[in-house]
Amino acid sequence: MRWAFLARRLGFYLAAAAAAIGLNFLLPRLMPGDPSSAIVEELERVSGQQVPAETLMSIRAIFGNPHANLAQQFADYLRQLSHGDLGVSVVNFPVPVADLVWQALPWTLLLVGTTTITAFAIGTLLGVVAGWKAGSRLDAILTPFTTFLSSVPYFWVALLALWIFGFVLGWTPLSGGYDADLPQGFSLAYAVSVLHHGVLPAATIVFSAFGGWLLGMRNMTVTTVREDYVLLAQAKGLSPRRVMFRYAARNAMLPSFTGFAMALGGVVGGALLTEIVFSYPGIGYLLYESLQKRDYPMMQGVFLLITLAVLLANLVADLAYVLLDPRIRARG
Amino acid sequence: MSVLTVEGLTVDYVSGERPVRACDDVTFELRQGEILGVAGESGSGKSTLITALTRLQRPPAVTTAGRIEFRGTDLVSLNADELRKLRWTSLAIVLQSAMDALNPVMRVGAQFVDVLRSHDKTLGNKDAWAKAADLLGMVGISADRVRSYPHELSGGMRQRASIALALACGPELVVMDEPTTAVDVVMQRQILAQVLRLRRELGFAVVFVTHDLSLLLELADRIAIMYGGRIVEIGTAESLYTKPRHPYTRGLRDSFPPLRSPLRKLTGIPGSPPDLRNPPPGCPFHPRCADRFDGCDEQRPELLTIEDHADHTVACRLYPSGDDQL
Repeated sequence: MRWAFLARRLGFYLAAAAAAIGLNFLLPRLMPGDPSSAIVEELERVSGQQVPAETLMSIRAIFGNPHANLAQQFADYLRQLSHGDLGVSVVNFPVPVADLVWQALPWTLLLVGTTTITAFAIGTLLGVVAGWKAGSRLDAILTPFTTFLSSVPYFWVALLALWIFGFVLGWTPLSGGYDADLPQGFSLAYAVSVLHHGVLPAATIVFSAFGGWLLGMRNMTVTTVREDYVLLAQAKGLSPRRVMFRYAARNAMLPSFTGFAMALGGVVGGALLTEIVFSYPGIGYLLYESLQKRDYPMMQGVFLLITLAVLLANLVADLAYVLLDPRIRARG
Repeated sequence: MSVLTVEGLTVDYVSGERPVRACDDVTFELRQGEILGVAGESGSGKSTLITALTRLQRPPAVTTAGRIEFRGTDLVSLNADELRKLRWTSLAIVLQSAMDALNPVMRVGAQFVDVLRSHDKTLGNKDAWAKAADLLGMVGISADRVRSYPHELSGGMRQRASIALALACGPELVVMDEPTTAVDVVMQRQILAQVLRLRRELGFAVVFVTHDLSLLLELADRIAIMYGGRIVEIGTAESLYTKPRHPYTRGLRDSFPPLRSPLRKLTGIPGSPPDLRNPPPGCPFHPRCADRFDGCDEQRPELLTIEDHADHTVACRLYPSGDDQL
């Protein structure tokens, strides 16, 4: 029963991944223009003369021939992909896209991953406490305050924080993810510089994200507290903490958990605004750069990575949900 | 020897401009090992009485007056910690819908284990699980079900499991809130038989609340009839059935067919229960009462013992000073 469920989910996600890979190939080719022609045009514009035939050949060898048969192109694309080859970046020529992505990925995972988890943990915990005693002083202060927080645009919070703490007070660096003067590696000084650069972007993300979790969890807790099983748990004379967490919060967090899993999938896409404001060397910043400079192979690579990460996160969420809610198992 | 003495218990819902009095001056006594049935229509205050008795009421319900004396301790005056020690070891509850009363994400056994271990710190985890299996066995559920989740049990099993759960810590008093409403009549009969058997074996007292008077006639030793937040009549099941005094009780009795006696015409009670936000003056039943007479809408009748029937009290002006006129 459980294995059949697992196999079914796995099959669904494999199909979805295949579709994503196919779309990732097709979509850029449906758009007008292609990287080869763009480069050729650029070269011709700069040099003022026609590109020699050999140059055209080598450009097409690297960035693909737009006139080649579509099936042939797709076969090439799949072959490259199977080697982990995402093509060559136009802007950072001739660095492979895969290298750039692997370079940016740890930064994004570190910054956005930890902050997503932290924001979820803080928001959920405070939400339970606020919802448990709805109408208490804590709830009366916390809930309107976080409603206000969630409605403030993130980029504004980030810019304000950067201006105050980075520029006016000078407590944190203005941009980047590490001190460029230090050799990269596992040294204490380098780790400290990473933390020093990361703390402000991280704080702004947690600051703007925890409110949403709090409100969701608070409202679910308010409804769950009225459930009979919570009443019965109280009648059993269990400690208030046990009633609150094992009975109320454990059930109230089920919907929140779905949102959390989705958020984890989004982590790989990076926090676009954060990384732009703080010039943080993550995936979001990479995407931003490639969009600005029309670096098609890079965009394609980043999109594929994001899609696969979201699918993976959904799969993990599905499986974890089965562990969290026994009723799902029965329904399969 | 009485387990529970309730005196002048009054519960108000304090939202809106005026408090709504859902339990008004409720007084009764429960003896050791006795089953007291409480019957009433929707809105008669019986659910309010349950949460007040078990001190589980939540705002806006507030106990504004009265005493709930359990073995000499007034539950109303206890603080949360003192109450918690008493809960389940002395005072347990079975809720109406077992589906909603069991935590859907915890195994059934775990819901026994946590209460067993929280009241007996010396009990080991393994022993607690074994005891949970024993308790389930007591209500005819096989031991391997201890690892099931609530949704994996049938409705009747869940309800029996809730009864077993209530008995986990050997309480002296179990309050039951219509525990047979959500199951079919066959299961209902089984559950009632089990309650009676377990009561005989374990000797706990029961307050059994329901809208179904016919069910109480078979189960309860004594029955209290609630109307408009008050108890209007209390007597033994026998005397209440054969000789109901209050016109409301008579109406209730005559609204279902007798099983063993000759058929008689069924009559309902005209009208609808009083609006507690705006209760009628005098006797709350007078607008629906066929036997009302001058003054019923002014004077509120007190519960009085009927002469020569020490166990039967009624609040109705047909019986001034408790004289039995019928």
